[in-house]
Amino acid sequence: MRHVIVGRGPAGVVAAETLRAHDRASEVLLIGDEPGPAYSRMAIPYLLARQIREEGTWLRHDTTHFERQRVGQLETRVEALNAESKTLALANGTTLDYDRLLLATGSSPVDPPIEGVDLPRVHHCWTLEDAHHIMESAEAGSRVVLMGAGFIGCIIMEALKLRGVRLTVVEAGDRMVPRMMDQVAGNLIKQWCIDQGIEVCTSTRITRIEPGDEGLWLHCEPGEPMQADLVVVATGVRPNVGFLQESGVEIGNGIRVDAHQRSSVDDVYAAGDVCEGASWQGGRGVHAIQPMAVETARVAALNMVGREATHVGSLDMNVLDTLGLISVSYGQWMGVEGGDSASLLDERSGRYVKLRFDGDHLIGGITLGITEHVGALRGLIQSRRHLGVWKKHLMENPTRFMEAWVSTVP
Amino acid sequence: MYRSLSIDPDKCTGCLQCEMACSYEYEGVFNPAHSRIKVFTFHQEGRFVPYTCTQCADAWCQHACPVDAIRVDAETGAKEIKENLCVGCKVCTIACPFGTVNYNHDRGKVLKCDLCGGDPACARACPTQAITYVDGDWAGYEKMRAWAARTDNATHA
Repeated sequence: MRHVIVGRGPAGVVAAETLRAHDRASEVLLIGDEPGPAYSRMAIPYLLARQIREEGTWLRHDTTHFERQRVGQLETRVEALNAESKTLALANGTTLDYDRLLLATGSSPVDPPIEGVDLPRVHHCWTLEDAHHIMESAEAGSRVVLMGAGFIGCIIMEALKLRGVRLTVVEAGDRMVPRMMDQVAGNLIKQWCIDQGIEVCTSTRITRIEPGDEGLWLHCEPGEPMQADLVVVATGVRPNVGFLQESGVEIGNGIRVDAHQRSSVDDVYAAGDVCEGASWQGGRGVHAIQPMAVETARVAALNMVGREATHVGSLDMNVLDTLGLISVSYGQWMGVEGGDSASLLDERSGRYVKLRFDGDHLIGGITLGITEHVGALRGLIQSRRHLGVWKKHLMENPTRFMEAWVSTVP
Repeated sequence: MYRSLSIDPDKCTGCLQCEMACSYEYEGVFNPAHSRIKVFTFHQEGRFVPYTCTQCADAWCQHACPVDAIRVDAETGAKEIKENLCVGCKVCTIACPFGTVNYNHDRGKVLKCDLCGGDPACARACPTQAITYVDGDWAGYEKMRAWAARTDNATHA
């Protein structure tokens, strides 16, 4: 039996380890198209900030780990999947047979549809290679424009600031991190950034980038053109499914999977950022977040070795550090119709909590400036715990979520 | 069989000796704010509940760590943060549904209970035996672990 995994990110690596833990005999092969040891994109901001070296981004630090696990590694790109013959066409011209296949190809940055995004000194911040490009260009005093104040944009801001650049952030949405923060929190983060000396333009689009004598010119809508030595594009990502066009694998927003992480094609599974699976609170979606990448990978791997495991759906959860201001969001932080909402803002301490309820269940929340016990929000949401009297306490003071958790332990 | 912290809230008087001991063990100062075990006070019911990491058999925090910085101590079974590897990304703090992994701003790292290498300072300090270090099967936290298995997440079943 040969298990082949395409993608060497967290999902691929965790799947390989899980396969090996439950199947001593089969061949396990991990394919990735980037050079060097498997690494975590999550760690790139800390590399940019010079807080770690490249080794610090590695997913596994023991350099003999995969060898000892008897996990083979192949550095190449998969060009196509033929599900009928159960083969992969590889970029090096060869084909590879599999018995069971896991697609964990992750996602890639999306370019905004504007002129000039392919110019030199316009980079994504996604791979280690991108990080090296940014490190070369982001010198003290250089003018850097960050396109997009989403998760990735915000998380690399501190690194750019530590490098001493003059930073401008341009975000099309009306606030910062619009997909994980509400108006109040998004604006607090914006003010926090402005107070740290960063220029922030929300509700602003860059319409065109053109080369100039002294750097790049960025045309904005609305606003005057601005100059930059480096542009970092962080306007979103999308699943890597291009190589599956002719494969028969059903694609929605990502590779469609069932609760066992099986695709529409026999013996082909998917996990991590590339898959579109059930959302924990109903419906389907792509949940491109680290905790769900590893959880879906484990479910996929267990099923690949014949141990039935089900994933009950992915809960959205994010934690973000924007220049030291820490924000967290969970689940349905935007609320549901007829559900109660409680929020508390302490502008002096920079703390904000918003909780969303459906009946006496917690279904989502946002915190800002809080680092203690935030995980309990996940516990309260995913245990579907009846809050009882704690619903009233939390409506009065939503910061007491950890007490609600401790107090309602069954 | 690993030993575990067993917590009996009924015996807790809210004296906070455990928090002091924990803070001193790790930080060298008596400051409850630095403790990895917390006593929650429910004044209206006159109840005190000490609470810390359950060292889940199949740990959310460990699985979620993107840089392999959470390891299992072979002797105690504790899930320990390797500070030299932790980059401070905080993903473990939102992945742990018990709320017992916290980010420390000053260090730029996350902190959690590691059972003090097998001789937990909180249990030693507790004057009423509300916190004891006992054989795993016996721990009051077994109930919570059982709950953990039901947290609508079959990967941890």
